[in-house]
Amino acid sequence: MSHLLEVRHVTKKFGGLTANSDISFNVNENEILSVIGPNGAGKSTLFKMISSFLPTTAGEVLFKGERISNLKPHVVARKGVVRTFQETTIFKSMTVRESIIVAQHLRARASLAGYFWGTKTAHEDVDSFGQYADDLIEFLGMTEIANEQASNLPQGNLRALGIAIGLATDPKVLLLDEPFAGMNHDETMKMVNLVRKVRDDRGVTVLLVEHDMPAVMNISDRIVVLNFGEMIAEGTPAEIQNNEKVIEAYLGSADDEIGI
Amino acid sequence: MPKLSTIQWAGLAFFLLAIFVAVPGFIAASGRSDLYYTLTSVALLSIASAGVWLTFYIGRINIGQGAFALIGAYVSAILVTKAGMSFWLSLPLAGLFAAGVAVLIGLPILRLRGVYFAMISLVLTQVVTLTALALPITNGAKGITSIPLPGGVSILGLTLIPDFATLENPRLAFYYSACVLMVLTFAAMYRLVNSRLGHLCRSMQQNEELASSIGVNISYIRIIIFAISSFLGGIGGAMFGSIAQSVYPSSFQVADSVNFMLNCFLGGLGYVFGPMLGTLVLYFGWDLLFELGRFQLLAYSSLLIILMLFLPNGLLSLRLPGKKGDDK
Repeated sequence: MSHLLEVRHVTKKFGGLTANSDISFNVNENEILSVIGPNGAGKSTLFKMISSFLPTTAGEVLFKGERISNLKPHVVARKGVVRTFQETTIFKSMTVRESIIVAQHLRARASLAGYFWGTKTAHEDVDSFGQYADDLIEFLGMTEIANEQASNLPQGNLRALGIAIGLATDPKVLLLDEPFAGMNHDETMKMVNLVRKVRDDRGVTVLLVEHDMPAVMNISDRIVVLNFGEMIAEGTPAEIQNNEKVIEAYLGSADDEIGI
Repeated sequence: MPKLSTIQWAGLAFFLLAIFVAVPGFIAASGRSDLYYTLTSVALLSIASAGVWLTFYIGRINIGQGAFALIGAYVSAILVTKAGMSFWLSLPLAGLFAAGVAVLIGLPILRLRGVYFAMISLVLTQVVTLTALALPITNGAKGITSIPLPGGVSILGLTLIPDFATLENPRLAFYYSACVLMVLTFAAMYRLVNSRLGHLCRSMQQNEELASSIGVNISYIRIIIFAISSFLGGIGGAMFGSIAQSVYPSSFQVADSVNFMLNCFLGGLGYVFGPMLGTLVLYFGWDLLFELGRFQLLAYSSLLIILMLFLPNGLLSLRLPGKKGDDK
């Protein structure tokens, strides 16, 4: 089985409202897959169910054949599926470097008591956290802002910080929540390159939820399209662009928004 | 893991000299031995306040420390009077019992945040008071009285702690014990805050969702912290009961719980040693205003309001401007 992540018949109901209805697709290893759809299509809900921030009503999500839905978020993170948030969700009064050090929680080998007493393993961990943080900061090109407090950073950097925090956990699958939202063209291209680099150099599989059509068409290996909580299409960017159902779903919005 | 700088070592040495040598010397010279009781109380209350400070560190407003102090006081009193146990053994057991109760209570209530947690915690003190009134083992409203003074501890004939009842000045002995406990508590707190657990607490204080997304088991850490907090409350309360040689359901009241919280606010939530300074200032501040008679409470509360308006990060932010005081 080469599918890394499998979404199987996932359904979410909030009272009488069906946010996601019977959604199934697979994510392959080392792939960048985007979930798109108009506002209110249920993208965010799906995203939260994959990372277990919301329980599913029916269906399940599998990672390497193991169920990861309806667990606790930290358990899913432990298995290697880690989500990022939009830019307001950061550790405000920590510096970039401190945030990345804290985020390496899953790499810790010493116990919490071990850190308190300062055992040998704990000292090695602390050294390795610092080393890894410096490497990651360099990899992401954030050296200049490494010691800036997060609350002082501009929006574009916050998004990168969010990705840095996610990457610090050493994930197998990284779930990105609207990484290009509110960015201009140049910033978007930078972020597209960054996400590609994360996939290419770190071997991280990326699943992202996004509005920005040109960026999605540019970055994705495959795309899943949701509309009114239902999955209406799945395929390569070229297939999606020519899919009648997708064009219909986006009718009313300008053509250039879907990058045709 | 941070190493202490020369200035910090000097400060520590100065502090230890002050509390263990200078203060007893001053009291002996001036003959004001009533100060022993006051300062012992400050030391013990600051231990309980340190616990409250720790729950602030994971972003919870804890107004329930009086409950755990009362539990600690009763557990120690019962073990000493009914089971004939040595006070020094009952002290950690009182802390552990309080921590155990905290785990049971914390499991459901630590999910709450902000004002909701604060309100529930406010009720705890009253609940423990009423429980103490109702249970036979706590002897209802009459409380537990004539608790014997702490006995001695010796290992292989070497006396580590003398029997307090045989001492000429048990007040001094209590003062020293309370100070040793306080120093141990704050040393452990400093260590904890600067270790990984402290970093995780800070991450949770700032954003619990993000903390759980990076694999932190937030409910586990919340329980651990609340248990440590209540352990400190239990220790402080147990020692208090031993000094007063009695425990009543009203030994710790809701007002005490509020004071524990105020101590933390006053000293500064961003500083480990905040609760110590806060307790000292608040305790002596109240006494100093005694001269004002019926205006005491009015002046006291006005001063508190002014302090919180102009020094929202606590008294310690005066001395260390902007160093790490912006933890909010």
